[in-house]
Amino acid sequence: MIERDLVIVGAGPGGMGAAISAHENGVKDIFLLERDQYLGGILNQCIHTGFGIDYFKEVLTGPEYADRFIKKINAIPEIEISARSFVTHLTKDKVLTYFKPGKIETVKAKCLIMATGCREKTREMTHIAGTRPSGIFSAGLAQKLINIEGLLPGNEVVIVGSGDIGLIMARRFTLEGAKVKAVIEIQDKTRGLLRNVVQCVTDFDIPLYFNHKILKIFGKDRVTGVSVAKVDSCMREVAGTEFKIDCDTVLISVGLIPENELIEMAGVRIDKKTNCPVSDETNKTSIPGLFVCGNAFKVYDLADSVSKDSELAGKLAAEYLRSAG
Amino acid sequence: MKIYDVIIIGAGVVGTAIGRELSRYKLDTALLEKETELAFGVSKSNSGIIHPGTQNPPGSLKGRLCVQGNILTRKISMELGVDFKETGELIVAFTEEEKLRLYGLKKEGESLGVPRLEIVDSSWLRKNEPNLNKEAIAALFAPTAGIISPYRLVYDLSENAARNGVELFTETKVEAIEKKEYFEISTSMGVFRARFLINAAGLFADDVSGMLGIDDFKITPRKGEEFLLDKKKEYLANHLIFPLPARTSKGVLVIKTADGNPIIGPTAEDIEDKDDLSTTDEGLKKVLADAKKLIPSIDERDIIAYFAGLRPVSGNDFIIRHEEKAPGFINVAGIQSPGLTAAPAIALMARDLLKENGLALKKKLMFHSHRKKTIHLFAAPIKKARALIKKDPGYGDIVCRCEMVSAKEVEGAVDRGAKTMDGIKFRTRAQAGRCHGSFCTTRLMKILSEKTNTPLKEITKRGRGSEIVKKDRGDD
Amino acid sequence: MKKNLICIECPKGCALDVDIENCRVVKVTGNQCPKGETYAISEIEDPRRILTATILTKGFPLKLLPVRTDRPIPKARISDAMKAIRKIRAISRVKTGDIIAKDLLGLGANLIATREL
Repeated sequence: MIERDLVIVGAGPGGMGAAISAHENGVKDIFLLERDQYLGGILNQCIHTGFGIDYFKEVLTGPEYADRFIKKINAIPEIEISARSFVTHLTKDKVLTYFKPGKIETVKAKCLIMATGCREKTREMTHIAGTRPSGIFSAGLAQKLINIEGLLPGNEVVIVGSGDIGLIMARRFTLEGAKVKAVIEIQDKTRGLLRNVVQCVTDFDIPLYFNHKILKIFGKDRVTGVSVAKVDSCMREVAGTEFKIDCDTVLISVGLIPENELIEMAGVRIDKKTNCPVSDETNKTSIPGLFVCGNAFKVYDLADSVSKDSELAGKLAAEYLRSAG
Repeated sequence: MKIYDVIIIGAGVVGTAIGRELSRYKLDTALLEKETELAFGVSKSNSGIIHPGTQNPPGSLKGRLCVQGNILTRKISMELGVDFKETGELIVAFTEEEKLRLYGLKKEGESLGVPRLEIVDSSWLRKNEPNLNKEAIAALFAPTAGIISPYRLVYDLSENAARNGVELFTETKVEAIEKKEYFEISTSMGVFRARFLINAAGLFADDVSGMLGIDDFKITPRKGEEFLLDKKKEYLANHLIFPLPARTSKGVLVIKTADGNPIIGPTAEDIEDKDDLSTTDEGLKKVLADAKKLIPSIDERDIIAYFAGLRPVSGNDFIIRHEEKAPGFINVAGIQSPGLTAAPAIALMARDLLKENGLALKKKLMFHSHRKKTIHLFAAPIKKARALIKKDPGYGDIVCRCEMVSAKEVEGAVDRGAKTMDGIKFRTRAQAGRCHGSFCTTRLMKILSEKTNTPLKEITKRGRGSEIVKKDRGDD
Repeated sequence: MKKNLICIECPKGCALDVDIENCRVVKVTGNQCPKGETYAISEIEDPRRILTATILTKGFPLKLLPVRTDRPIPKARISDAMKAIRKIRAISRVKTGDIIAKDLLGLGANLIATREL
């Protein structure tokens, strides 16, 4: 079996940042696994600005932010990239199995950084009642459809939850010619950044309902509408406040969950509520030499924070490798 | 115009089981299905239990066919390469009074011919079902219960039937039937003619029967809401766990599906609308509360999906009979639970009814009884996966990461007849995991579009009207 | 006249109190950095936004190329700018930052590529 000094899983902002930092801290053998054919992860579909203000002191879009890291990585010969590589198994001894078109490989990592990011909470996790027609999307999927595939998911949209991706998508749908009929937020304030409320919702006169929840989704083949009601401070429906909004699309933007199924498989202790690794120190897990960084460690609001976090992970990995000899 | 020997209306598990059975004989047989794909009606929401035969009234048709079907399913699953797992079932008692009822159920089951029934005590339960509520004092253990994937069974039955000459017509909705010297069936896709007609139209069996003036039964949809748990909870229960049966249903169960995800549910509510597949907050609350009585550690957070299905209920038993008023017409109606289990036995009964009423059955010289097992990467040991990928690199191209489904499997599903996103999901499990297709939807759409030569914006979830997207920039 | 704004220059989202006289900003408070004041003046007197979008490509594996204006354009012209951008096609290789359209609609901003093609 091939052994590598440092294996990093995921080449989004977290994995790329960790690879560069590990190299800067003296690691000479870095193996970066990415399941997509391109580096950059979710940044590639985030074509809006708002990246880099903290980290680069510049206003950048997601792809531009990714580009800065990609250029650096490509200039470092000690970082080997394996794209279209999908890790399926991980053991506590840091042995990884990954699938690639044409082969299955195993690699043992002396030190491992998991930068697997997070996934969106689904309609099912929020238990929205009603039917299951076409036209229900996670905000991130809608973003990918529009910004990468050039496909417009719907013409009349209701957005459930005021997470940043949902807000960003309210603006994107509007710019692409769709009508966003409402953003429905069960809490009394936005889950996303205030700046996104201003430039994505207020700018386009989109109604934003706080203290409201979706009761039901209607429609047999395609979404035809949703029912909405006000909630009290315990988030219970207030009788008599129900109303219906006709729409053909429902976007779900109610939060993110760290994607940690692989480290769970390896036996790392995971917090059941947050799906984050149980840890006293940033990036560390219950398995020595197995680090988690970026949104897989903790859901950050900003890619810039992920980059900072991953710098630390790269440094910790270098220290671990030095002390392990 | 061609006159078929037999036309079967409805391509759920009952229709396809009959079709496959008839494909052994020298007959021209056709299956008509109103949906875009098979198994999109009652069968798609089946939980996949192959019942042992308990909990059916003594002397009932469904009891007899269930016991027989349990045996036949094993053979069919071997022939078709559909995984059948014998898990055994437990009907759990919490009080002495309930325990007494177990003995009654045991006796009833034995009279129907259910094999190897046994009453087990609390220490047996603790050892063999560690997550079960500790307050359980006894259970009726039926070792012959098992699980199967209901839609994969339908797809593989139909594929095998088609290989043996049965013709399949989808998006073919029956609108009127006339009995002349043969049956003339007007559909959304034109007129079909047949000498014999089998009604396996599930929820709409009463409507179809009514077209021939036979309207002495009514199908009432009985809604069941089911909640699917994360695969991580695969070992929550080792057996299928049942409470003592209620009047309208077998109660809320905790079972494992063929794919490893446990299911809790279903509810049982008689409704009017045959299209009402909505789930409710009340349903969720009830199922959670009832399931927790059986296995207290079940957590709401483990739910990754939910759906509602409709059982086609008509009275207390199946209606399987030749109609004298319309000679050559056979009703196979009211096939609710245990219909999936009974399906192969129903098929034999339908065949016999055809024969009794004048259809000559001559066996074909060549009947392809077996089909090559469909490959599912998630079920393949790593060694096997390695060999597969070596042979075909497409198996290494993972499309759905939650359920580990490769591009090759998706292409295979399309080759074998998947036309919609749901069709791919039911055949391969892509989109069925915890992220619900957030990551793989675009890739699946592209594969479906390329292989079926369909524009991306015409790709649907489950047929016309359920298109995934509205516009393609590529058309600009 | 007084107006409350949320500054959108950075993720902090400062709450600004803006004093306005005759459509001109005379005083800004609540900002934690100088950008807040600049933003408030612009937002009241001449509101602008950076516009991000995509254009169709021809002959590349990527169907769309992401683009943006290299400086903010008047809010009122965003819809016109979107229409103009939709007509543009990327037909040759570009690098991140390359100009796709000079002085878009005469608004004083270039449209630049935000990804490599």
